Amino acid sequence: MLVKPQRFIALGAIATSAALLLSACSGGGTDDKKDDSASSLTVWVDAERIDALKAAAADYTTESGVKVNLVSKDVSTTKDDFLQQAPTGKGPDIIMGAHDWAGELVTNGVISPIELGDKAADFSDVALRAATYEGKVYQLPYAVENIAILRNTALAAETTPATWDDMIAAGKAAGTKYPFVVEQKADGDPYHLAPFAASFGASIFGVDADGGYDPNNLILGDAEGVAFAQWLSKVGAEGIISPEIDGDIAKQAFLDGESPYWLTGPWNVSAATDAGITVAVDPIPSAGGQPANPFAGVKGFYINSESKNAVAANDFLVNYLGTNEVQKELAAVGSVLPALTEAATEAGADPIIAGFTAAGKNAIPMPAVPAMGAVWQYWGIAETEILNGSEPVARWAKLASDVQAAIDADKK
Amino acid sequence: MNTHQPDTEHPDSAAASAPEPERKKSVQLRRMAEQAGGGIGPLILKIVLLGLFDALGVFAVLLIVQAQNWFMLVVVAAIIVFFNWVYLRPGATPAKYLAPGFAFLIIFQLFVVVYTGYIGFTNYGTGHNGSKDQAISSLLASGQERVEDSASYPVTVLQQGDTLGLLVTEADGTVKYGDAEHPLDEVNDAEMDGDTATGRPGFDTLTFADILTVQDTLTELAVPLSDDPNDGSLRTSDGRQAFVYVSNLVYDEEADTLTNTETGVVYTASAEGTFQSENGKNLYPGWNVTVGFDNFAKAIGEESIRGPLLSVTVWTFVFAVISVATTFFLGLFMAIVFNNDRMRGRKMYRALVILPYAFPAFLSAMIWAGLLSKSYGFINQVLFFGAEIPWLTDPMLAKFSVLAVNLWLGFPYMFLVTMGALQSIPDELQEAATVDGARPWQIFRLIKLPLLLVSVTPLLIASFAFNFNNFNIIYMLTGGGPRFEDADANIGATDILISMVYKVAFTGQTRDYGLASVFSILIFIIVTIVTVISFKRTKALEDIN
Repeated sequence: MLVKPQRFIALGAIATSAALLLSACSGGGTDDKKDDSASSLTVWVDAERIDALKAAAADYTTESGVKVNLVSKDVSTTKDDFLQQAPTGKGPDIIMGAHDWAGELVTNGVISPIELGDKAADFSDVALRAATYEGKVYQLPYAVENIAILRNTALAAETTPATWDDMIAAGKAAGTKYPFVVEQKADGDPYHLAPFAASFGASIFGVDADGGYDPNNLILGDAEGVAFAQWLSKVGAEGIISPEIDGDIAKQAFLDGESPYWLTGPWNVSAATDAGITVAVDPIPSAGGQPANPFAGVKGFYINSESKNAVAANDFLVNYLGTNEVQKELAAVGSVLPALTEAATEAGADPIIAGFTAAGKNAIPMPAVPAMGAVWQYWGIAETEILNGSEPVARWAKLASDVQAAIDADKK
Repeated sequence: MNTHQPDTEHPDSAAASAPEPERKKSVQLRRMAEQAGGGIGPLILKIVLLGLFDALGVFAVLLIVQAQNWFMLVVVAAIIVFFNWVYLRPGATPAKYLAPGFAFLIIFQLFVVVYTGYIGFTNYGTGHNGSKDQAISSLLASGQERVEDSASYPVTVLQQGDTLGLLVTEADGTVKYGDAEHPLDEVNDAEMDGDTATGRPGFDTLTFADILTVQDTLTELAVPLSDDPNDGSLRTSDGRQAFVYVSNLVYDEEADTLTNTETGVVYTASAEGTFQSENGKNLYPGWNVTVGFDNFAKAIGEESIRGPLLSVTVWTFVFAVISVATTFFLGLFMAIVFNNDRMRGRKMYRALVILPYAFPAFLSAMIWAGLLSKSYGFINQVLFFGAEIPWLTDPMLAKFSVLAVNLWLGFPYMFLVTMGALQSIPDELQEAATVDGARPWQIFRLIKLPLLLVSVTPLLIASFAFNFNNFNIIYMLTGGGPRFEDADANIGATDILISMVYKVAFTGQTRDYGLASVFSILIFIIVTIVTVISFKRTKALEDIN
């Protein structure tokens, strides 16, 4: 053989170093772009809500000269990515997130407090309470959300009955595949079951004098909780609520007209109307006799504590997104209830928004203490196991002791 | 490469004897080699690539100088010089080939291993997410308490030289000015726009655009209300409005303590990376510090971690071993079947058998998760007539399902490699054995299998290492579930070590990157040991020849 294989390797080596160069090139390029100007803001926004914000961001740029880069993020990864990037100083200036992230974000020191000043009085009570963590406002609230019954008016013309049994009877009378759907997951979804728990008087924490949850007062294991567990065991056995029905199955069932009722939030309304379904929004029926109050969730914006554009970020949030005009505009696009009282009053004329507001009339914000992560997890697993046939009383007692242990561990 | 010649040049030569195309190929190869080696073209290519590399290097150096990171400067400069030295000097051919690969090895392997190892000795995780400076500034920021019922002040930001100050118009019309050093004091020379003061002679009034250029300084600026620090100071977060704050946390740099001015409690910087009071109360956020072997002690010592860790480790071994064994034997069986000349339509069957290998594994796993769903899955609905078999939610069945799906995903690979290896075993051996009176099973067990194992064992070892860390299938199929009821963390019956690492590091609200890194180190050690032992055994196999 006369061929010198080395020559090929030489070519390969050159090609490899070229690749190395190019990759280094692209890496250097993006880093450079990020910190190029002091007058631009990077904002991470939920993928579903980015369209609602685009116009507002463009208007702010015209008004103030600050460029706003909206980056579409998957809600499920926003918090994790932010926690990792913020300490490096390379994270976004602002992120959109749920109010119950505050505990974890504050514990990690990645967000800074926001001073609302006299504007605080313009926000609704529930929004302000949710935005406040350990006495300080960390979030600029923009929308208050809760779940409610979405009704397919073609399958169920009447308003959703006020009790669970009547609703299931009406759902069965509609002759569809399912009488009612609500999304669950293999490891549970306590958020979507909380209204039914509330209708038994069951919750995780007791309510304090200010009307917020008191993390020091765990009432999960009370008789009311056990009554809810027994009810859950019953509907699980009947197969009406099933851990097998995940978000996609529930959504598809409703969109295909296989269920007249769907317990879900405002984020799914447009999917239903886009599918040509005429929907009405009704309060959640009570399973245990008391009002079925859902949790209130508040969507809003947090400021990165390492942001190099803190002034612009504060100005954008407080003096721009916190104004009536912008909140009304955002509400109109996303059919959510604005956090500002005045904008909320006007947006309330919309029947869909009014429906959600009525369903969430007495909704209390989900607690934001860092232990909530563990609480949600235990709660979800326990509910799933009960739905799957575990003995409800003993399983619920175990849940209560698990949650107590998690909260105690957190206080250390 | 434009020197490549299409094979269709001599359509007849396909039927020619074996040496002919081989010789043609070597001619081609030689031509390519000449083009690549000598001549002016490659030299220009080399100069251009090296030039690009150097240009980029100089650019990187400039950036690093700007960032004043002297350690990185030395590292990057050394790399640039090294690469130029390697490629510009004559000779040293091995170095020329090895340098790029070596660079990739350092970046993608060595750095990752060393960094993971380092994290394993820190308490990086929730509450210890950043540096000490960040923790202090974050604590001080949340220690700023707005004075209750205090007014808000419309402010104008003024600049004199390098000093920023706030020009305040109070509700009664008095105009005051102050900066970080000088408390607010009444001024009479302010320029007014209606009722609001907008400037002062000798000072520059900053517009919003100007303010954006000094954001860092402005957010730090605290203008004392009076000489008494207890009155608080004015701060603005948007350059338009200011509020009065008092700080209830004070940092003492010399003593390295934070003092709560309301309660008088002193928090001292502790070895665990938090400010800690005497009775053990921690202030969060803390910062990450090295904690020695604490994470290792935790992994081994704490019952709530050790229990799941043990069962997960055992299951990881079971999963990896069974996966390799089942895929190998099914793949081998298929290869033998399709290697039989008497079988018709072998090509079509082969193509079908390879199909599972052609889909991305995580996609297949997700589809299988849907197929195996208890109430809605195709398998239960159609194949088992609506029986609700908990394929993915019963601990034993879930393990079985994971292995079965992994068999479906993995056997085509084994089919391909064993097929190749089988075909390389000369037919003469089989003929000779048949002549000697050996039965087919004996031929397979005593002749073909040992020969096969010699060439396939390294691949089996690689397959073991792959399945040991087969995150995709576990995460997509069962998510590690069903969860252990007694475990503290969210760990389940089908979790393998790597999916457990993921859960410890990235899920839930208390992440622990340190502990996760310790688990990663354990995985690394286990896989290394298994691989080394297996390769030693392989040498023994080679002696068969």
